[in-house]
Amino acid sequence: MSDAWLIVIVVALGTIAIKASGPVLLGRRTLPPRVGAVVTLLAPALLAALVVNASVSSGSQLVADARLIGLGAAVIALAVRAPILVVVLVAAAATALARLLGL
Amino acid sequence: MGDHAAQPMSDTPSLSTLPFRTGATTALPLAAVVGLFGVSFGVLAVSGGGVGAVPAIVMSASTFAGSAQFAAASVIAAGGQPIAAIAAALLLNARYIPIGVSVARFLPGGPLRRLVLAQLVIDESWAIAAKGEGEFDGQRLIGAGVVLWVAWVAGTVAGVLGGEALGDPTALGLDAAFPALFLALLIPQLRSRSAVVAAVLGGAIALALTPFTPPGVPIIAAAAAALIGLTRR
Repeated sequence: MSDAWLIVIVVALGTIAIKASGPVLLGRRTLPPRVGAVVTLLAPALLAALVVNASVSSGSQLVADARLIGLGAAVIALAVRAPILVVVLVAAAATALARLLGL
Repeated sequence: MGDHAAQPMSDTPSLSTLPFRTGATTALPLAAVVGLFGVSFGVLAVSGGGVGAVPAIVMSASTFAGSAQFAAASVIAAGGQPIAAIAAALLLNARYIPIGVSVARFLPGGPLRRLVLAQLVIDESWAIAAKGEGEFDGQRLIGAGVVLWVAWVAGTVAGVLGGEALGDPTALGLDAAFPALFLALLIPQLRSRSAVVAAVLGGAIALALTPFTPPGVPIIAAAAAALIGLTRR
């Protein structure tokens, strides 16, 4: 099996189990508060790591390239409360423009 | 099976169909956005180092969680190991444990039906179904979830088919779409002080580890930042 299929199948089965766990197993019960607090904080912690990873890493190296200009443009778009799709398009356009200018 | 007989026939349409349609129509504007993200996921999947056309479509249909799919794709694109891509995606999806618990008692049917319906829960359908005070409308959630699922899968198919025609994704700045998307998804998560602390810590861990570990590992390690939740009273 190729790596791509391995990832697709394991992520799919894992996600199906995660999404179904509450409705199928827990029913009306709730998570212990501390467990719930940790699980809730996973999303902000990981999303911040993904922002860092996707903007300044290239393999195992830290690099500053045109992606940072795109991220800066995204911050401005978010600050003026642009819709999420506009934010992403602005970031891509700013990065493409920076590369065209040889930055 | 037996759950249909529990409701009087005459009441069934007004009890279930209307909230289902309300959920579906409320989700339509979001479906346009979700569909376009599906297109970008499809485009990235068929670009160099992506997961490929058919796996991408199967992933969108079965996983139905955009941020996790993009996370797995970005780890693969960076040359990370499969285990790192899997761990990053599943840790990101761990938020569906408490989200699933919150809607559990509003979903109809037996275990198998609930297992299937639970797959329609994503951030957007969950938000549409929220009535406040911890109450949710199960039918509205299902209506929104179905519309968003169709948009996500159709968008992925369109992106896969059109992606090869688009050419080099870096020339179009599509690699910068990743951090912008993750940032846009992060902002609404920052509703509490502990969420902000977890985000700052998670970002710092990823930054500090990148030069010293294989790709993907810094993202998984950043999950440790969520442990500050243990200190909360």
